[in-house]
Amino acid sequence: MNLEKVIFGFFIVLAATLNFGFFIGDIERPELHHVYELAAALIVSLIATVLKFGDRTQIGAIHLSTSLVADLQLIAAAITWAVAVHVTGVGMTPEVTSSVVSLSGGALFANIVSVIILIVETVMLRR
Amino acid sequence: MVNSAFFLVLRRMRGPIIVLIVIYGISVIGLTLVPGVDAEGRPAPPLSIFHAFYFISYTATTIGFGEIPTAFSDAQRLWVTFCIYLTVVGWSYSVLTLIALLQDKGFQNTLTVNRFRRRIRRLKEPFYLICGCGETGNLICRTLDRLGHAFVVLEKDELRVQEIDLQDFKTDTPALAADARQPNILKLAGLQHAKCRAVLAVTNDEEANLAIAIAVRLLNPGIPVIARARTPSVAANMASFGTDHIINPFARFAEYLGLAVASPERFRLIEMLTGLPETPLPEPHRPPAGRWILCGYGRFGHLLATHLQPAGIDLTIIDPGCADCASPPTIRGHGTEAVTLRQAGIDSAAGIIAGSDDDVNNLSIAVTASELKPSLFVVTRQNHSVNNPLFAAYNADFTMIPGRIVAQECIAILTTPLLAAFLDLLRERDETWSGALVVRLQALCDGRTPALWAIKLNIAEAQGAYRALMQGRRIALGDILRDGTDRSQALPAATLLIRRDKELILLPPDEFLLAAGDELLLASSLSARRNLELTLHNPNELDYVLTGSEVSGSWLWERFMRSGRPGAPAGEP
Repeated sequence: MNLEKVIFGFFIVLAATLNFGFFIGDIERPELHHVYELAAALIVSLIATVLKFGDRTQIGAIHLSTSLVADLQLIAAAITWAVAVHVTGVGMTPEVTSSVVSLSGGALFANIVSVIILIVETVMLRR
Repeated sequence: MVNSAFFLVLRRMRGPIIVLIVIYGISVIGLTLVPGVDAEGRPAPPLSIFHAFYFISYTATTIGFGEIPTAFSDAQRLWVTFCIYLTVVGWSYSVLTLIALLQDKGFQNTLTVNRFRRRIRRLKEPFYLICGCGETGNLICRTLDRLGHAFVVLEKDELRVQEIDLQDFKTDTPALAADARQPNILKLAGLQHAKCRAVLAVTNDEEANLAIAIAVRLLNPGIPVIARARTPSVAANMASFGTDHIINPFARFAEYLGLAVASPERFRLIEMLTGLPETPLPEPHRPPAGRWILCGYGRFGHLLATHLQPAGIDLTIIDPGCADCASPPTIRGHGTEAVTLRQAGIDSAAGIIAGSDDDVNNLSIAVTASELKPSLFVVTRQNHSVNNPLFAAYNADFTMIPGRIVAQECIAILTTPLLAAFLDLLRERDETWSGALVVRLQALCDGRTPALWAIKLNIAEAQGAYRALMQGRRIALGDILRDGTDRSQALPAATLLIRRDKELILLPPDEFLLAAGDELLLASSLSARRNLELTLHNPNELDYVLTGSEVSGSWLWERFMRSGRPGAPAGEP
């Protein structure tokens, strides 16, 4: 067992699960999508991205790019939330909530791709 | 891969960046949990995630705007104090890691290799790959640079590479401190580059030269490789897989010395032709026949014996080892003491060779010998160029410098492949013929050795002459050997050889009619070379040299030529 692989897999799966936790629920209802879950998903996704730095293989490159997509989507969701709550002051209306959640939905898709690549990589592993 | 340095940075920075993200996460989340206080001192809800992130961002980067949006409660201050220390540690760790990475030997090496690779890829003109830049390599570099050839240098010693960077070469010279024995280093240095002309393996290490030669043979069989070898076994090994030229400086010098005794004029001619271009002419050497003393009977000594004995020289050997004492007669010792020299019969000897591998001993032998007998012909072997001042001060009759011999031969082979054919023809000529040619060559470039160069009358090298010849124009050799700035002056150049298909014409006369595709071997100064090259390449210049009339390509060109050449007005018949 390789500790590096454990940590790597842990963060990738955790990023996907946290993302899923935030995403699940009626898209318009703010009480089903807590901002802490979004924050946690973003932090774990960033860590997962950094863990993928410096891998020069083809699969490593795709890993990194899916992670970057997830980060980008989550950061966009976080900015949308911050603008709605603190800048314009409209609060978590159904429109704002649905746009934040759908952005995180995009990130969820990227995270799922990451997990699939992880699984494929593991299946291909010969040792 | 080109951006390997970038990947290295990413890989090394993984730890610090993750630490930073975790620290930020803990600080921000913590700050959103600690209750605040409002202006009247009543408990207020904690900061929102956005405000917490904003606060931590400016605090962590030590910008410090104060407590925004409202003054903090003591509980918040307690948490922020903790956060401040945490983030400072995180940032310091990242910055220190980055600085350490920039100073890292491996990282800098990656950057250097990347830069070197980029420079090699951008090389547009043909270049030579020189492996080993010691005394020999450096001499080759400087000469190639003066002749205007580009080259790439691989050298194991980093200090020497730095010296190359400091030397002011005209051409752009990529140099890398790396072991040329590794095939991937050779590939990196452009072994398989389309413009690589030849590889020179001139390191001090026999095994390295061998490894380079075989790597070139296998990785790029199309280009010639020139290798230096000191021992016969390595030379035989190199020859076995088809190394194009193997240079053994000891064998070459022994051959020269034998030649200098047997036929001095021919030796002088070869010396002039193979000398580095535009260097002072070597002094004429006239070693006498008779009995000689040879100090040091190692590899060099053995080669000398095999070449000198047929030339009619009897040898008495002085060697501390005294391995095979039967013949020639051997005396045990170094030859640095007068006793040993007397024992070897210095009074009746004609010459002495100080040929050990120790420069100080060689000088000591030479000085002692010339004190005992001032009329003695002294040959010294100089092993290191750092001892140049000592050997110059002693001024022996003949000094053998291995590095110089290798460099001369490399340059001669690389720049003029026709020279080998000429030297072959030379063997059949007598002494008076050689003597006459020496006198002629000496006059070419007052007191300096002429540059030897070849030009082929084809579309690439001599466009003007080629077109004229293809149009059926009759051009005699003497017609083109005129000064391009003033055709009444003859160009100081000598045509040594013309190759037409398989035929070789030695010293063609001025009336010789040229044909397209002829390959000419010429001896002249470097400026005369540029002059003649322009004449043969540019149709207008050629026209002027042949007929004196200035046909111009265009009106502007005509104006330009008129102002540039007042002595030869346009329209002259």
